[in-house]
Amino acid sequence: MGERMITFAEALNEALDQMMAKDEKVIVMGEDVGVYGGVFGVTKGLIEKYGPERVRDTPIAESGFIGAGIGAAAVGYRPVVELMFIDFLGVAFDQIYNQAAKMRYMFGGRAKIPLVLRTVAGAGFSAAAQHSQSLHSIFVHVPGLKVVMPSTPYDAKGLLISSIKDDDPVIFIEHKGLYGIKGPVPKDEYEVPLGVADVKRKGKDVTIVATAAMVHKSLRVAEKLAKEGVDIEVVDPRSLKPLDLDTILGSIKKTGRLVVVDEGYPRCGFATDIAAIAASMAFRDLKAPVKLVTPPDTPVPFSPALEPEWIPSENDIEKAVRKTVED
Amino acid sequence: MSKEEIPKEKLLWMYETMVRIRKSEEEASKHFAQGKIPGFVHLYIGEEAVAVGAMANLRDEDVITSTHRGHGHFIAKGGDLKELWAELYGKRTGTCKGKGGSMHIADLRKGELGANGIVGGGIPHAVGAALAFKLSKSDRVSIAFFGDGASNQQNFHEGLNLASVWKLPVIFLCENNQYQISLPYSKQQAIRSVAERGSAYGVPGVEVDGQDVLAVYEVVKEAVERARRGEGPTLIEAKTYRYMGHFEGDPQVYRKKEEVEWWRKNKDPIEIFKKRLLDMGIAKESDLKNIEAKVDAEVKEAVKFAEESPYPDPKELYDDVFSTPTKGVLVWEWNF
Repeated sequence: MGERMITFAEALNEALDQMMAKDEKVIVMGEDVGVYGGVFGVTKGLIEKYGPERVRDTPIAESGFIGAGIGAAAVGYRPVVELMFIDFLGVAFDQIYNQAAKMRYMFGGRAKIPLVLRTVAGAGFSAAAQHSQSLHSIFVHVPGLKVVMPSTPYDAKGLLISSIKDDDPVIFIEHKGLYGIKGPVPKDEYEVPLGVADVKRKGKDVTIVATAAMVHKSLRVAEKLAKEGVDIEVVDPRSLKPLDLDTILGSIKKTGRLVVVDEGYPRCGFATDIAAIAASMAFRDLKAPVKLVTPPDTPVPFSPALEPEWIPSENDIEKAVRKTVED
Repeated sequence: MSKEEIPKEKLLWMYETMVRIRKSEEEASKHFAQGKIPGFVHLYIGEEAVAVGAMANLRDEDVITSTHRGHGHFIAKGGDLKELWAELYGKRTGTCKGKGGSMHIADLRKGELGANGIVGGGIPHAVGAALAFKLSKSDRVSIAFFGDGASNQQNFHEGLNLASVWKLPVIFLCENNQYQISLPYSKQQAIRSVAERGSAYGVPGVEVDGQDVLAVYEVVKEAVERARRGEGPTLIEAKTYRYMGHFEGDPQVYRKKEEVEWWRKNKDPIEIFKKRLLDMGIAKESDLKNIEAKVDAEVKEAVKFAEESPYPDPKELYDDVFSTPTKGVLVWEWNF
């Protein structure tokens, strides 16, 4: 019997469904999460099963309803709040970085905020500058937040279940280009632990650390270059905080060459963070300078003629790998 | 005001709690001036009747969210005076283990979900707690305390709207002390009262004299009962006044000394209530003196506790960022 194949969106839906069935303290809130089922279909069918009290459509008041999620979490609920696009964080950021992130610490460990903030990132849909960004690094920057960004349906389900069970605020970032991809997903409840990277492809010559949609592009480049005898290891951190440093440093130690591929902006971002870690902790393992593949330092453009230029491509990744092998 | 009798015990609790806040805050002002309390300190002197009149209606399991001017709310909700003082000093025995200080005084065990350094920041938390109470079919309620300045902030408007459309058991309690730091109320908003804003969201808005603890008690009582019955939120605006600057050290160039003196002389909530208690024959002068002496001793003891308590160990810096441990690095440290 073959493994069951479902989409990334279905995997997330199943995680929500299983956790809501199991624990009545798990509630879902956000814009159009009810009858509409979420603008990307992730909460489809939940309102029919769990009703409008637990699957709660909200007014467009992101600060208010994320803050309400924090308040509900502080008194024992486990809200899964949806921020429709990560780009909207600006209207609600205080609640995320000053409130949810800091309450436990500020209050001397007496608060628990088991809140999951699901949100959608990523370019590739001509959604232009305010609906296409990958802003995960902003969250990673802030102490007190866990940040998760899966690349496969299997990881999506297991990480969402772990995030809901976790007692800390977790920012759960879904790349909109991944919702339709299919992969094997067990029917039963299972966890993918936070803070454990996954080696998506083993290799000995070059390490690629890649996130979300970039994992798949990197894997395709790895297959292509394998034919030329370049054996690439692709590491998907899955959680950006906590970070599985051992797996990343272990891979660098093995290959001596590092390429980081990330859809976040180039400065002060996840890619530069991994590069800084490599420079400070694995300098002597490196045989060549670290190569970073990111978008340029511009907003995301709209035109189909421009957007593909902006998004890191397989060609960009391939060039970076070839350069690091030559260096 | 309803003529329903308030038990003597409760009336004396109100007096004692107002005195406790006043004396503790006056002492904090002195200790700040002496350089013993680090950071920013915002004192509640003059506004005591609001916290006390409101909290007299709450049960232990009800919750509140507070503001940067939060010592009074903490004390009135049952927070421990010693833990408050130890926190002001940054000591390990403080209510936040020295991690929060004056602006983040909290005690979740007592339903005090936290003072907040961000104006309006706590309002949605009270809304969310009320949502949880509604979902769990309990009759618990929450109160969001905030100031006149916060009523211009998004969280006030979004919070009021959410609570109204979801009919949540939350009371929005605006402490209009008439200044948003230096900006007087008349220059913040073009309407006569914050309470009027309730109508924009279908929430009843009530004004009350915030210097009269019994008046506050009565309007909050009605709002709390309404909330417990599942009839939704109420917006209450308590007109009050802070005697001290916005923060300790504020030169207060924006108001005249005579204005402050007028309030102290004519609208002092403790003096007003003291006269009421004596007139009503609830207590004799000597009873109130005894309460004051008892509170004096408590404050003294709390200060002593704070001064004698140890500071946190430097290693405690890394504690309590997260609750759930994970694999992978959670709290970053660069290792040389």
